[in-house]
Amino acid sequence: MAQTGVLVIGELADGQLSLTSKEVLAAGKPIAEQLGQPMAVALLGADVGGAAGEAFACGADVAYTATDPLLAENQADLFLSALDALCREADPEVLLMGRTAIGREVAPRLAARLGVGLAQDCLEVSVAPGSTELRANRPVYGGNAMATVSCTSSPQFATVRPKAYEPPVPDPSRTGEIKPVQVALDASMAKSRVVSVVREEAEGIKLEDARIVVAGGRGLGGPEPFEDLEDLAKVLGAGIGASRAAVDSGWVPASWQIGLTGKTITPDLYITVAISGASQHIAGCSGAKVIVAINKDAEANIFKEARYGVVGDWKKVLTAFTETVRELVKS
Amino acid sequence: MPLNIVVLAKQVIDPEIPMSAFQVDRDNRRIVTPANIPPVVNGFDENAVEASLQIKDSQEASVTVLSMGTGFSMDAMKKPLAMGADELVLIRDDAFVNTVDSAVTTRMLVAALNKLGGFDLLIAGRQASDWDNAQVPLGIAELMGASCVTLGKKVEVGDGKVVVERIVPEGYEVVEAPLPAVVTVSNELGQPRYPTLRGIMAATRKQATVWSADDLGVSPSEMTPLLNLVDLFVPSTVKECDFIEGDNEEEAGRNLALKLREAKLI
Repeated sequence: MAQTGVLVIGELADGQLSLTSKEVLAAGKPIAEQLGQPMAVALLGADVGGAAGEAFACGADVAYTATDPLLAENQADLFLSALDALCREADPEVLLMGRTAIGREVAPRLAARLGVGLAQDCLEVSVAPGSTELRANRPVYGGNAMATVSCTSSPQFATVRPKAYEPPVPDPSRTGEIKPVQVALDASMAKSRVVSVVREEAEGIKLEDARIVVAGGRGLGGPEPFEDLEDLAKVLGAGIGASRAAVDSGWVPASWQIGLTGKTITPDLYITVAISGASQHIAGCSGAKVIVAINKDAEANIFKEARYGVVGDWKKVLTAFTETVRELVKS
Repeated sequence: MPLNIVVLAKQVIDPEIPMSAFQVDRDNRRIVTPANIPPVVNGFDENAVEASLQIKDSQEASVTVLSMGTGFSMDAMKKPLAMGADELVLIRDDAFVNTVDSAVTTRMLVAALNKLGGFDLLIAGRQASDWDNAQVPLGIAELMGASCVTLGKKVEVGDGKVVVERIVPEGYEVVEAPLPAVVTVSNELGQPRYPTLRGIMAATRKQATVWSADDLGVSPSEMTPLLNLVDLFVPSTVKECDFIEGDNEEEAGRNLALKLREAKLI
């Protein structure tokens, strides 16, 4: 019998436990309860500081920690070596990680190293009452179908899509046990090396955090119309994004892309302009509370996802829409 | 010695098929192969072919395309050859029907790569548009002890190392890693080249090397899946769209703004 019910692989952002890690703790808690075993978090970094306390407040009972200056940069080879040691020490029944920038690379490599299967990019993970079998629901075929998978190896391993779960309401009175694990790292374990970083995010509000997002697609026909969208975004204080088609056409940078292979957004309001709504795109915005669609094709898939829609020429609709919004937000 | 590049390419159902042609056979837990719609090479894998050919354009290199599956369409699978790749190796076995587990695929491909004598650079698409697993190339890197760089949008080789522009949420970073290396690439790499007429002619004359699981000497225990497919279904999305109208498109735009205000969304 494994000694840990659920081990959540934690990630740090500016020394704090990342939002996605908290969401994954929310996903793991009912599983640990069902298994009748503790939930643990794995924390790796140069200094894991207050992250253990945050994890305890979010439902973890134990924190396995590995601290080493070499872990400061989240270099995948080093992160993986340390993580491998932590997982073997914690010996979990179920292993969970967010499908984040780091998770996308680390989780499949860890699965291969542990010799276990991995259910990728899950929207839902659970254990049926009276069972220890993990059931994971994951979108496949770009979101056109849903697969339920189980693991035949141990630990049962899944990555969880960011925003699939709400983070827990923290309970600061909860405490837990910190278990430091010695990991033998040396710099030569890092095979790849980052030479430089080029930032090209849209100015202003971060897409993932925006309460309102405005985005454009193939139907805009070129890069210039994005200026009209930026105008609307400014009026609404919204983030701005794009479909893959607009990115592939070179109209906007890749960091603007919303969708399966781009960013996942969960705004209260998502206004799409000339986006057809392929399942690839919906995979990145299905968590939006209200979707608004402006598109000339009444049969476009986006209207199946939208709460409000206007069928028409985007330019005419958008110009009048933006002007009216400008007046409304002033009043 | 020319640089030995292997590209992984998977045959998939064309992801651009209309929704009406996409059918799930829930009882047998499989996607129905649509009739009369030819399969294609996974889009990200075409980006991988393009990345390999860009390297071959600038230095001496051989490009071998490796694929595993069943029911191969030669029209689809020969496209990378027509684009300019040198060799095509297919691992074909009926045991791979509906393979949903990356672990089995990874082991089979490792056996094939060993039989091919390894690689200097392995390039693959970031994920396949069918099962979206995004695992196989990374597993190969682990099992074969190669260095690993994901999500490339530009790949260059020199001085025994690969230099990759790698997509990160904020933009991109330039990463270098020693060969042998596994690199996954994304659509940001750009439009794959079209086959030339000469390329198509050359591809017609080339024969694919075909191996079965037996040819690779993979033991049955290594073929045991580590994941079970319990259920496969179409998720239900019942949403009612409220179409906002007006005498003309401008008025519809104004009415939409008023509606969103009324719903306290703006």
